[in-house]
Amino acid sequence: MANDTLKAGFDAYMAAVEAKLSKNPERTNLEPNRLYTPLDVPEFDYEKDLGFPGEYPYTRGVQPTMYRGRFWTMRMYAGFSTAEESNKRYRYLLANGGSGLSCAFDLPTQIGYDSTDPMAEGEVGKVGVAIDSLADMEILFDQIDLAKVSTSMTINAPASVLLCMYIAVAEKQGVSADKLRGTIQNDILKEYSARGTYIFPPKPSMRLITNIFEYCAKNVPLWNTISISGYHIREAGSTAAQEIAFTIADGIAYVEAALKAGMDIDAFAGRLSFFWNAHNNVLEEVAKFRASRRVWAKVMKERFGAKKAKSMMLRVHTQTAGSMLTAQQPNNNIVRVALQTAAAVMGGTQSLHTNSKDEALALPTTESVTIALRTQQIVAYESGLADTVDPLGGSYYVEALTNKIEAECWDYIKKIDEIGGAPEAISKGYIQKEIQDSAYRWQMDVEQGRRIIVGVNKFQQEEAAPTNLLRVDGSVGELQRKKIEALKAKRDNAKVAETLAALKIAAGEDESTNLIPLILDAVKAYATEGEICGVLREVFGEFKSHVAL
Amino acid sequence: MAKVRILVAKPGLDGHDRGAKVVARALRDAGFEVIYTGIRLTPEQIAESALQEDVNVVALSLLSGAHNTLFPKVVELLKAKGMTDVMVIGGGVIPESDIPGLKAAGIEAVFTPGTATTEIVKYINEHVK
Repeated sequence: MANDTLKAGFDAYMAAVEAKLSKNPERTNLEPNRLYTPLDVPEFDYEKDLGFPGEYPYTRGVQPTMYRGRFWTMRMYAGFSTAEESNKRYRYLLANGGSGLSCAFDLPTQIGYDSTDPMAEGEVGKVGVAIDSLADMEILFDQIDLAKVSTSMTINAPASVLLCMYIAVAEKQGVSADKLRGTIQNDILKEYSARGTYIFPPKPSMRLITNIFEYCAKNVPLWNTISISGYHIREAGSTAAQEIAFTIADGIAYVEAALKAGMDIDAFAGRLSFFWNAHNNVLEEVAKFRASRRVWAKVMKERFGAKKAKSMMLRVHTQTAGSMLTAQQPNNNIVRVALQTAAAVMGGTQSLHTNSKDEALALPTTESVTIALRTQQIVAYESGLADTVDPLGGSYYVEALTNKIEAECWDYIKKIDEIGGAPEAISKGYIQKEIQDSAYRWQMDVEQGRRIIVGVNKFQQEEAAPTNLLRVDGSVGELQRKKIEALKAKRDNAKVAETLAALKIAAGEDESTNLIPLILDAVKAYATEGEICGVLREVFGEFKSHVAL
Repeated sequence: MAKVRILVAKPGLDGHDRGAKVVARALRDAGFEVIYTGIRLTPEQIAESALQEDVNVVALSLLSGAHNTLFPKVVELLKAKGMTDVMVIGGGVIPESDIPGLKAAGIEAVFTPGTATTEIVKYINEHVK
């Protein structure tokens, strides 16, 4: 049998190498094996393990031709200061070949506070754009045709409010909701475990999410209703396998919640989307993407009995790893981002945001954002990586690594099932602890020299303090305050009070009452985001986290 | 001598707590008594915790860019509560040009990305009152 001679040959190779190791030593701390051969994928079954692109289990990609038809969507995450400033940046990106929008909101917006709230002090317009009402949203998308562009919004706890604002702006442009394409992040579970912009406790939060699934299935059918996100879990310090495992466990919880609310799996599962991190280790990342598609396909088919192909496809947006950018020698980050881009593309992402070189220091300047966008274009048009489907499929190493990550992922899913599902595992602090332990291990590896970060713990050099960083004007808070005051003087305040009162009553009813139409009424009456979330806070209460180090 | 007590705290709305948790754990492993507040605290809540826990050091972490507003406010409130000998240090995504202003406002040291936790431990050991 071929494998017997192969095994003998392999053993001879290894013995020969070992014999000379004292003379030709290898580097220490190498995680992978020395060499991968067919022996590392002993049960390999092409049709079962890989299949063809666009076919179950989607290991090689969710579309038959992948980037040979159309490149991934080059979607740059942007937003800062006021709606006016951010609108300028969006139009610049679209004019320069960006193919979709991605809105970054400031923290008060993400946590349901108006810019005038005492909790918003110092934070207005800092990490994203400040949106207080529909009036701001109209400015944000001024001269951008919502029938043509697809828009991703990084918004979670108040996702319903921002989605309603988007629908209302589109309506004013004459674009009906059934034409709208885009994504809301809407993934509250990873907010509790890794990202921190939660508002309400888990139960009412899950209700808002299933209300959105249901509303969109009927009214906004092309919209991705959730982006189940591993990105932030990885940024918080997890490993590659933990990133996809904890995220798919979250995905299982959302599916279960929607099924419990009486929805049919194939009515909503096709609109679930994912969000991965593209980290530094190129081949591990490619294997991670491939493994994640295979796991999700099996979960949907075998565990939930999905019938439609679309329900089983893990479609993914990717962002390069912000936490891997260094403040030291920032130009080196351009190279890191290029490698991460290569990983995401060979991994088969559907859309990509590339970080800018200066983001370990501040929000990016227009110049550095342009380089980040050009990086994607160079990979797309010049590198050849996009010219054939799943170019690393069949590599002994990549297939073995894909299997290994998949196995680790199933182990975690089993463990989380035993705890009682992702929400329970989060409330017990299990997922947070696993992430923290990995983060601490990484830091100690760097500090003790087991892991090299160029410019940080090796090849350091003296450098001048960076100049030309983007600064968000401190007056944004004041500007927003004036806008809110003007709005409140102008709008029909009786109508606002009426819509908010109706929302409050509905929120108090059980989850069969869908809150989205009521939120849409309040948004259209120009109730502020803080007012809408305030009403929901009164009814739902607020989540308080407990941290164990 | 009694153990040095450190409050690691995250003011403002920023949820990036990887750094704060890693630093808190490294400080604990270095033998300090460490209390971590969790995320999304107001300066008032942080000053109040510092008082209740009777700490020697308050270590603030912020990545959202609100440091120029929130760090000095914590110092002010600590002073107002009579905690004049508490060492306040900070870390996060903080442009170098902001550091002189923060130091003038009473933040004794600012640690930026790439800093080894051992450096923070050393600083505290050498400067704590």
